[in-house]
Amino acid sequence: MIDPILQLEGLSKRYSKDRPAIFEDVDLTLRSGEYLAIMGESGVGKSTLLNLLAGLDTPDTGRVVLEGVDLTTLDDDATTRLRRRTVGFVFQAFHVLPYLSVEQNVALPLDLLGVAEPERGRRTQEMLTAVGIEALSQRHTRELSGGEVQRVAIARALVHRPRLVLADEPTGNLDARSAAQTLTLLRAQIKANAGAGILITHSRAAADTADRIVVLEARGLKALEAA
Amino acid sequence: MSRTGSYGIWRILLLAQLREQPGRFLVTVLALALGVALGSSVYLVNTSALNEFGLATKRLVGEADIVVRGPRDGFPEQLFVDLAHTPSVSALSPVLELEVALSDRKETLKVLGLDPFRAAVLQPAIMGDIGEAMFQLFDTDAIYLSSAAAQELKLKRGEQLRVTVGSTSKALRVIGILSQNTYSQSLGLMDIASAQWIFNALGRVNRIDMRLSPGTDVNSFRRDLGTKLPPGVLALAPQVERDRAVTVTKAYRVNLNMLALVALFTGAFLVFSTQSLSVLRRRRSLALLRALGVTRSQLRNALLGEGLALGVLGSLLGVVLGMIIAAAVLKFLTADLGNGQLRAAGASLRSAPLQTVAFFAIGVAVAGIGAWVPARNAARQPPARALKGGDGDFKAAARTGWRSGLAMLVLGSALAWLPPVGGLPLFGYAAIAALLLGAVLLVPTVTIQGLRLAPRTHRIVLDTAVSQLRENVSLSALSLASIIVSFSLMVAMAIMIHSFRISFDHWLGKLLPADMLLREPPGNDTAFLSKDDQAKLGTVTGIARAEFRRTLQVLLDPTRAPITLIARGMSEADTAAELPLIRSVSAKESPTPTAFISEALQDVYGYKIGDVLQIPLGGRNRAFLIAGVWRDYARLSGSVVVSRHAYTAATGDDSANEGSLWLNTGTDSDTVARMLRQTVGNGDALEITTSTALHERSLQIFDRAFAITYALEIIAVIIGLTGVSFAASSTALARRAEFGMLRHIGMLRRQIIGMLADEGVLTSTFGVVYGLGLGAALSLVLVYVINRQSFNWSIDFAVPVLPLVLLSVVLIGAAAVTAIWSGRAALSQDAVRAVREDW
Repeated sequence: MIDPILQLEGLSKRYSKDRPAIFEDVDLTLRSGEYLAIMGESGVGKSTLLNLLAGLDTPDTGRVVLEGVDLTTLDDDATTRLRRRTVGFVFQAFHVLPYLSVEQNVALPLDLLGVAEPERGRRTQEMLTAVGIEALSQRHTRELSGGEVQRVAIARALVHRPRLVLADEPTGNLDARSAAQTLTLLRAQIKANAGAGILITHSRAAADTADRIVVLEARGLKALEAA
Repeated sequence: MSRTGSYGIWRILLLAQLREQPGRFLVTVLALALGVALGSSVYLVNTSALNEFGLATKRLVGEADIVVRGPRDGFPEQLFVDLAHTPSVSALSPVLELEVALSDRKETLKVLGLDPFRAAVLQPAIMGDIGEAMFQLFDTDAIYLSSAAAQELKLKRGEQLRVTVGSTSKALRVIGILSQNTYSQSLGLMDIASAQWIFNALGRVNRIDMRLSPGTDVNSFRRDLGTKLPPGVLALAPQVERDRAVTVTKAYRVNLNMLALVALFTGAFLVFSTQSLSVLRRRRSLALLRALGVTRSQLRNALLGEGLALGVLGSLLGVVLGMIIAAAVLKFLTADLGNGQLRAAGASLRSAPLQTVAFFAIGVAVAGIGAWVPARNAARQPPARALKGGDGDFKAAARTGWRSGLAMLVLGSALAWLPPVGGLPLFGYAAIAALLLGAVLLVPTVTIQGLRLAPRTHRIVLDTAVSQLRENVSLSALSLASIIVSFSLMVAMAIMIHSFRISFDHWLGKLLPADMLLREPPGNDTAFLSKDDQAKLGTVTGIARAEFRRTLQVLLDPTRAPITLIARGMSEADTAAELPLIRSVSAKESPTPTAFISEALQDVYGYKIGDVLQIPLGGRNRAFLIAGVWRDYARLSGSVVVSRHAYTAATGDDSANEGSLWLNTGTDSDTVARMLRQTVGNGDALEITTSTALHERSLQIFDRAFAITYALEIIAVIIGLTGVSFAASSTALARRAEFGMLRHIGMLRRQIIGMLADEGVLTSTFGVVYGLGLGAALSLVLVYVINRQSFNWSIDFAVPVLPLVLLSVVLIGAAAVTAIWSGRAALSQDAVRAVREDW
């Protein structure tokens, strides 16, 4: 049996003590090559769950084990270093740095990991080619369309070959055609990297590009069959 | 939506700003208020002091149409008799006006010897207050004091006032005190005959007040009279008397006003950067308003209205604060703002409604100008682009300023070469303003070029910081504008003051070669050391050598203040050797005695080396060949130095009122001082000091005089730093989502804070280096143009390297701390969640 990349055990979270938990008893195991979609109503805590499993927030109960390391036992710096190495992010609002070129944006995770030239340049170019924006490498992101910017974001999320890719509504700001292209690209790149991926979405069509779908409810995750 | 619509938008935006950023709103209002308060208070204090001088002079001159004024040692009173027979003269009053040395005191007292009956006609206000007691004035030792003099000297009616005449102490009896309303300055009144007797001036007067018959053309009479008067005696309009105080202090007052305005203009830059950053921060909201139907002009007017609202509040607060500061300075510092010449005891705050409105308007206008550019830029932004989140054409707009910047620098450099206007360096000020504006407009271009040279370090924190600055150069320029303006002015002032201090120090060293100095109270007309006194003082045990000087006031031009004549050095060669000469020629072959003029005499009167200077001495004009120009920091109105030999030959006066003493090795200066005091009659009134002590005291006075300058500059820099702090916190808040994303992809919290610190250090280092360069350029204008044209003396350029380095480090550190603090604040507001914010 392959060791899981991510394990959630009995996770619960509340925003304040006098309010009920937004979710509890969340259990999940994600192995290499798996691509999971998490759906749920607005306000159910999908993004909060994403922050917990990336170590950006701490659960009230339960534990998050990423690559065999319990995040709840780590301090902020150690969690950040683990996330830097292991996780790639794709956001709904893209969040690329407008003052860097496409190439510089994509290479950011490599810079953070201290990958030196020429390795840094080679991997960046490979990723740019893989997402089809190699011709735009010296352009600034403000000169690109929404779909192109999201490709930059995907390239950045994958350039350092993370074990886990977290995508939070990555097509929320895109038209249908760009959205479809982005989802296909995302899935293909996750599979190509032999990592795992979690897609958070409202859209059933988007969720259907994943291997399996779960719905986040107050009482935990409930499986839905993928299309 | 027309005017009502604009008002509605303005109200919505202003209230939202107030709610969201109350602290920033308040600080901007306070900064403006401070600028307006400083400007208006300096103006009010000076105006009130001058008004007081004006009133005092008016009381003394009274109803006279013409004042005939001679040298301080006077002219024969026969002139009064001659003038009394002149047709068209209806009333005439002879006056002996003296600065009298007081025994046991270092100060002098202005004493007027008047003919009480004649003065009752021409100075009715003063004599009216004396009333029946006028007859007591005829007692030889009687003196009437003004209430200010009585207070200062702590004397009451019936008490004794001791004065020094020559080296003898004489007693006067106070027979009454004038009311405060009659004359608010320090003054003593005596009968003229008594004054002539007491002060050894029998048969001499130095002023005659004249009233002409109705219908006489005063100006042509005065001109005609002027041609008939003996050398050194001049016919003046009363206004000239009053204007002297105004003229002498004009340059100092204008410079002080300009310094106060620096704080106000730094405030304008603060409004500019605050509004620009606020517009950038709200660009999507503003774009939404445009999308909802707000027109360009409505948006522009609403944003301009925000700036004007800041201006109105700040200016209102400023004028009130200005009045409070002015009232306090008048009450507690007797209107002295540092140079000592404007001390006016009893001056009260003069209401100046028009000027107050003017300062209010300047404050509002300055805020309006500061708000105009960002308001216009915001209105020009295409709403679609701003809604999408782009930052528009701010960068392009910032880059286009370089041509105007260059043009302003050229203009500023050209203006610096122009001569003064009415004795004021108006073009010098304009040059400073043009250079400042030009340099600020060039900031974006220079930043872009500078950052282009920055190498890639492959340190992600530093590289990202450099990229951020490179791409957001307009933001950096905005945040830097106020600090560059205030810091460069502070650098310029620091260089100017340091240069002046070094030059002053050297000057003191040159003029104080002896071990000890003694002098009669400065400016007095009655105490002096006779030839016998000088001989006795020179033989006091422990003194190896003694040299004496004679200084006195001489009026060369009726419209200007008297100059100081200094007779020093036994021979002309000695005189030249003792002076800090700037230029000189040898005049050994000349049969005419030589004179060395100060730079003020050269600049104001237009004399040059080789010219013959006519000095009224002993009732005649005496010719002196100008053989050199010397630097004199002590006498603003100008001075001329001749040898004692030439002076005595011209006047027969061999007395002295100052001396330099060289001691034998190992002699105790205190013992010598005690013996000197015992040697002459008025010994206790002599000011005796060592050169070292005088040197130190002079430098302390120098530093005190410039304390207000430093205070105003520090205020301007604090306002500038506030601008940097606003920019840092605005930028950090606006970049919360960016920080959130960087945290997501694995950047440590301290790396982000480090990145902000790098940005802060890079930005402020650039600002400081730029400010140092600009400040050095401005200091050249201050040293060689404004200082020279204001005060008519030169100073040697010197840079206070260590203080400037320390100040630079402090500023860079403060900016880095501000950036870090702003970053921490931004990160503490859940930057992680900010990545989900659409707006």
